[in-house]
Amino acid sequence: MRIGVPKEIHPGEKRVATTPAVAAELRKLGFDLSVESGAGLAASFSDANFASAGAVIVDTAARLWESCDIILKVRAPASGGMPAQNELEHVHGGQTLIAFLWPAQNPDLLQQLAGKGATALAMDCVPRLSRAQKLDALSSMSNIAGYRAVVEAAQHFGRFFGGQITAAGRIPPAKVLVIGAGVAGLSAIGAAKGMGAIVRAFDTRPEVREQIESMHAEFLMLEFAESGTGVGGYAKVMSQEFIDAEMALFRRQAEEVDIIITTALIPGRPAPKLITAETVAAMRPGSVIVDLAAEQGGNCALTVPGELAVAHGVTIIGYTDLPSRLAPQSSQLYATNLRNLLAELCPAGDGRIVLDMDDEVVRAATVVHEGRVTWPPPPLKAPPSPPSQPKSAAGAPVKAATTKAGSGWQVAALVTGALLLALIGATAPPGFLGHFAVFVLACFVGYMVVWNVTPALHTPLMSVTNAISSIVIVGALLQISDGNRLIAGLAAFVVLITAINIFGGFGVTRRMLAMFRK
Amino acid sequence: MTEGLVTAAYLGSAILFILALGGLSHPERARRGNLFGMIGMSLAVVATILGAVTDNYALLAGALVGGASIGLVLARRVRMTGMPELVAILHSFVGLAAVLVGFSGVLGTETGGTGDIFHAVETCLGVLIGAVTFSGSVVAYGKLSGSIGGRPLLLPARHWLNLLLLLLAIGFGTAFAAAEAGGEASGVAALSWLTVVALVFGVHMVAAIGGADMPVVISMLNSYSGWAAAATGFLLGNDLLIVTGALVGSSGAILSYIMCRAMNRRFLAVIAGGFGGGTAAAAAASVPAGEARAIEPDAAAELLAAARKVVIVPGYGMAVAQAQHAVFELTEGLRKRGANVRFAIHPVAGRMPGHMNVLLAEANVPYDIVLELDEINDDFPEVDVSIVIGANDIVNPSALEDPGSPIAGMPVLEVWKGRQTIVLKRSMATGYAGVENPLFYKENTRMLFGDARESLGSLLRALGNR
Repeated sequence: MRIGVPKEIHPGEKRVATTPAVAAELRKLGFDLSVESGAGLAASFSDANFASAGAVIVDTAARLWESCDIILKVRAPASGGMPAQNELEHVHGGQTLIAFLWPAQNPDLLQQLAGKGATALAMDCVPRLSRAQKLDALSSMSNIAGYRAVVEAAQHFGRFFGGQITAAGRIPPAKVLVIGAGVAGLSAIGAAKGMGAIVRAFDTRPEVREQIESMHAEFLMLEFAESGTGVGGYAKVMSQEFIDAEMALFRRQAEEVDIIITTALIPGRPAPKLITAETVAAMRPGSVIVDLAAEQGGNCALTVPGELAVAHGVTIIGYTDLPSRLAPQSSQLYATNLRNLLAELCPAGDGRIVLDMDDEVVRAATVVHEGRVTWPPPPLKAPPSPPSQPKSAAGAPVKAATTKAGSGWQVAALVTGALLLALIGATAPPGFLGHFAVFVLACFVGYMVVWNVTPALHTPLMSVTNAISSIVIVGALLQISDGNRLIAGLAAFVVLITAINIFGGFGVTRRMLAMFRK
Repeated sequence: MTEGLVTAAYLGSAILFILALGGLSHPERARRGNLFGMIGMSLAVVATILGAVTDNYALLAGALVGGASIGLVLARRVRMTGMPELVAILHSFVGLAAVLVGFSGVLGTETGGTGDIFHAVETCLGVLIGAVTFSGSVVAYGKLSGSIGGRPLLLPARHWLNLLLLLLAIGFGTAFAAAEAGGEASGVAALSWLTVVALVFGVHMVAAIGGADMPVVISMLNSYSGWAAAATGFLLGNDLLIVTGALVGSSGAILSYIMCRAMNRRFLAVIAGGFGGGTAAAAAASVPAGEARAIEPDAAAELLAAARKVVIVPGYGMAVAQAQHAVFELTEGLRKRGANVRFAIHPVAGRMPGHMNVLLAEANVPYDIVLELDEINDDFPEVDVSIVIGANDIVNPSALEDPGSPIAGMPVLEVWKGRQTIVLKRSMATGYAGVENPLFYKENTRMLFGDARESLGSLLRALGNR
């Protein structure tokens, strides 16, 4: 099948749905590939790059759409009035379109695609399963947006991120507050940390605390017993009391921090307004707010989506095209996500895709299937609970059972031991008892000494015990002077093999120990 | 030399042996400890020669010198990867020596045959344990050196066979004791039969144990060789043998216990054998979802070049591929780039306790970056890249996550909690436990297929080119 990659026509969109490196991998999967002339220019990939990766360069969008079975795009196809602005009219029956389609926001688009008999997969509908992580383009883009948010903040912030002591005085580190520790939030935490800032983060889901702290950021606690974990790892709408407490926290933090990066989103709803005009006014002039939720209306009341605004001396960045601002990087990640999806759809590697509608990932991503709207998909099974839970639940009773059985064994062993001792004491000759006492005490000494041996030296321990257990040689030495030739001969043989053991054992131990060095 | 002096010398030897074992608590002290052991042994041998040997000096000298030269050559020549085989064969010598000393005692009229039933029991025990140690160690040697297949030999009704052998041993032992008590000559025949039964028992016991349980077997045989020496001590009424045998016996027993705990297996279950063979059905039930992703050396080098914290987990595959020197070079390369490289050693990695430590020490890896399971397991979440070299079961997450897994509950190195894992492996084959490893299918795991040494070489070259 032939894959086509058109040039993105959305104003300001610099990304492209494949890169030369990924193009070569698509060819390996057995696909033919066409790329519209100039498609990668804005992301610094030339036509020549694509051609050398085995792609055919096609002059016009119309010819590309016409000749390809699969179309890979970043943005949903536009349906503007002008012919040059209308991608939807190129779609034909039997064609498969893969892009960010946002079906909830674009129901008409699905109807139109279905009307043309096409199939469409929405990259934004890939479910958040660990199996589907490699297809998760939303995470890829969020990661980039989080990083870029910090870069934008640094661009508009008038001071250093990292602190320094210089001859001209102390430079305090910048304080950054990240609201929402999803993929974008964690990426922003990492980037800000990397630049040396003091980073705090807030999230309504208590389980992300560990992730935040693993990045050495401070997790802001809210003394409130309500978990914000919704379905599929996303956040859910919180109660009004919780939101009030949360906003009060941000209001207090605003007086302290220099930069606020907000990433709070709840699927299918407008972004929660967490930063009020009053909170903005509480910030020091020169502070920066980056609102990653701007496209969904913004977390800040004063955000102007797509624009940079200044209010109360605070710069509020509401850009909605952050991934596009790192076009080569985001193109590469998105192209890899697409490649991974195509590899899933084409398990035979023969360049033909098969939509297995029983596969929950494919089912969820497919929003139009052969002319039929298949969105929304049936609800996913609840995500499997974290493995630690069944482990502890299953592990505890087992442990209890063994300790119980263990104590029973111990009692039995004690009783048997006592009986044995009594039996030996009653029947054994006195000479034997003396030796037996030595034996038992030596066992205890051995026990104490050997537990102190470091595990790294267990092999030398074995070779040295091997050497000293050849103390059996003493037995042979006692017999070697026997008049009986057979006994003397046997004793000599024993001396021979135990001598091998003694010299071999000590020798190899010495050799090993000499190798251990700091 | 008077008997008093000899006894004093034996006491000195016993103390020196205890110090030798005690020294092994730290690598620096261990070298001196080994010296103590040598002095102790020389003291015991010299005192015995001076005190007891009255004739056959030429024979004695010949045997001593011959044995010493063979032993020294062995010690010098053996490759560190061949240590388990050497230790196994040396164990067999102790067992054989105990058997022969027991027989000589029966043959010699002066040194035994007093008609004392206790003495007969001591002889039986010494010969029995010695023979089991001997034949078991020979089979273990065969398995380790590859001349006998590593698969467990599972005879039908093997537990009944063991029981039968035990009953036979008791029967022959009783016959021997009765003959000794009555001063009859048939005692040697009964003892010979007892030896044969014990030899068969030893062969059968080790043959039934799978390759993954080899560390337990080796430490168990180590323990037996000690008990054999102790039994010989009882037989001869010699406290030095008793003390030394008890030291070695308890040392081996502790090692066996540590190994069993590291595999979450009961000692008796290991001895009963059969692990690593019949678990295919259980493994099939839990085939992990997802696919294993291969990686090329270039891409792996890229990951490593960016890593700050690296942990290397070696397994038996590293020993097989003789890759420890390549591992060291990679370690040096990464450390020069400023990465913090550490090693994580699972107690049962390899074929004998401490096997990996010795191999790494041979390759000049400093021991202070080689850490034990408990020391490093909590650090994995902070690790950028873990490199697993020829290890499988010891990094298997299903030990913790799947209660139905044959290795459930076994402590494992939790590499999957790190950011990335690179697994160097020849193929997707399962480990000795025959259990599928979900680690290979994790999102953050990449498989670098090929011989470990070659893979490490190309990894190092790719790293050098960056």
